Amino acid sequence: MTDTPLVEVDDLHFSRGDKEIFRGVSMRIPRGKITAIMGPSGTGKTTLLKLIGAQLAPDAGRVRIDGQDVHALSRKALFRLRRRMGMLFQSGALFSDLDVFENVAFPLRVHTDLPEPMIRDLVLMKLQAVGLRGARHLTPAELSGGMTRRVALARAIALDPELILYDEPFVGQDPISMGVLVQLVKRLNEALGLTAVVVSHDIKETLSIADYVYVIADGQVMAEGTPASLDVERDPRVSQFVHGEPDGPVPFHYPAVDFYRDILDTGRQR
Amino acid sequence: MKRSKTMELGVGLFMLAGILGLVFLGLRVSGLSLSVPADTFTLQANFANIGGLKPRARVTMAGVNVGRVSAIELDTDWYDARVTLELDGALEGQLSRDTTAAILTAGLLGEQYVGLSPGGDPETLGDGDTLTDTQSALVLEELIQQFVSNMVRD
Amino acid sequence: MIPRVIALGRHGCDLLEALGRSGLFLAQSALGWPSREGLYLWLRQMHFVGVLSLAIVLVSGLFIGMVLALQGYTILIDFGAEQALGQMVALSLLRELAPVVAALLFAGRAGSALTAEIGLMKATEQLTSMEMIGVDPLRRVVAPRLWAGFVSLPLLTVGFSVVGIYGGFLVGVEWLGLFEGSYWSNMQASVDFIADVGNGMLKSLVFALVVTWIAVFQGYDLIPTSEGISRATTRTVVYSSLAVLGLDFVLTAVMFGGLS
Repeated sequence: MTDTPLVEVDDLHFSRGDKEIFRGVSMRIPRGKITAIMGPSGTGKTTLLKLIGAQLAPDAGRVRIDGQDVHALSRKALFRLRRRMGMLFQSGALFSDLDVFENVAFPLRVHTDLPEPMIRDLVLMKLQAVGLRGARHLTPAELSGGMTRRVALARAIALDPELILYDEPFVGQDPISMGVLVQLVKRLNEALGLTAVVVSHDIKETLSIADYVYVIADGQVMAEGTPASLDVERDPRVSQFVHGEPDGPVPFHYPAVDFYRDILDTGRQR
Repeated sequence: MKRSKTMELGVGLFMLAGILGLVFLGLRVSGLSLSVPADTFTLQANFANIGGLKPRARVTMAGVNVGRVSAIELDTDWYDARVTLELDGALEGQLSRDTTAAILTAGLLGEQYVGLSPGGDPETLGDGDTLTDTQSALVLEELIQQFVSNMVRD
Repeated sequence: MIPRVIALGRHGCDLLEALGRSGLFLAQSALGWPSREGLYLWLRQMHFVGVLSLAIVLVSGLFIGMVLALQGYTILIDFGAEQALGQMVALSLLRELAPVVAALLFAGRAGSALTAEIGLMKATEQLTSMEMIGVDPLRRVVAPRLWAGFVSLPLLTVGFSVVGIYGGFLVGVEWLGLFEGSYWSNMQASVDFIADVGNGMLKSLVFALVVTWIAVFQGYDLIPTSEGISRATTRTVVYSSLAVLGLDFVLTAVMFGGLS
């Protein structure tokens, strides 16, 4: 049971309009581990999370969570499955009409019949875990970006999910908040045995906590392995990404005609 | 979820005000009466011409509202208009048999209504009886026609 | 020529698709009302949609009633029929002006706010995250707003009529010196509760459904960017106004035009 991966993605194809985003992506996400999905911006990492969460349906291929094909489930069964998943959105996505406490209490109130004192205790525990117990009366508008993400994290773990999906958890944070978030992701994984999927392009932070890494580019899995093995990977594309080199197989320049001809051609084109 | 008493009160007042407004529109504007006249009795009256009389028009006696017109139909025996009047039950057995009914106009262009004037007969009218002495509506065209033909004769 | 026909066909298909989508959306949301806490969520929206629109609707109603009385008086006095002022004010308001003007004001005040609010929730991923928590945003976010709008507008229309008739009374009786009794009695003699008040309310219910539906659908369906929100808000006001005026003609023809 514990050997089977929690999430299996099989030969996933997805396109938006005429643009092909995934051309056969497969991955296994093991239980209790932190799996990172990395890749340059615009490769559809967030789309992949939405496909796993069944907010989007693929053109072909399957996503199985705990053996269930999420895209074949009824709406009701899907909502039941989602109670076992938490998702941390890039923007935090706190409900703007509720304060911090109520935001964290929200999943408990809609999915459980717990008495009020117990909800209070649970919410305070979750807020304590992210270090924001004192901020429970603030409204989302009063929070900084890092605090918003921490509250959103507390909300995502309110129902003690088995799987948590992080969408760019570190992007746009100052070094202190970033460090706090990295610690939190790691600690939650260790303390609660959560299975985590981290979508990110912050290489250093992500590699420091991930157990296994998938690198996607051009709609396919370009490389996979442990952080240590990726570090010494010789494929120049992977190496460029992992080491953050500005130019390489992924060119610095957007495709264009030859620079000299473009400069010297003083014709009509702008 | 935190509940705000003032908000609940506001919504409550809003809905209450809406319902009261509807009651106002019913009573004051459309003239519905809350005390539905539990007992009414009906009289029939035949008119040669009812002009613009409509169902629900007022029936008055000495200017006081005593009922309303409940139905108007063509009497195919006489080819005149049979008007059914619904009157206050207190008047049952009080109106004398020779009470007259006339179709009157409120003002020059106002709505038309039925006016009753009492007679002197000791016998009285009961439910379903017919008023025999009626006076039709004034039709402006007929008046003018009469006036013109009189002028010609002179 | 051919490309134009193709473009027309594509527009037709898009329109039908949007209608179908919004119809499904309406059905899913409207049925979702009796949920846990649903009543309280609805109450909250009644506050935002109804109570907060009350001031603008009542003030407009007062002025429209006053203007009607003033305009009507100058016309009716030519026929010596100024005692019919109450009738004119009441019938114009009940049958026509109160449902239509209240609906237009409602579209501007509450409809655009609904679109912007739902649009903002969509743009900040609140709707998506709600779905990931396993709560259907149609039930939680859209349904209470839909029902609040549906209940609020008829109530606002009643308020509009009452205040407008009172405004007519102020101008006609208190200012122009009409006899008070004839203002009310003429009105009572000519206004029928079912035919006039009832049909006016029916119109208002139809407008309430259409305006709120357009507002929440535009909010839910917009492109989640700031430009998308501003466009959708404009669309809400434009579409609702057109729908209200167009439907008003149809309803008037059916109710009062002798068609049936």
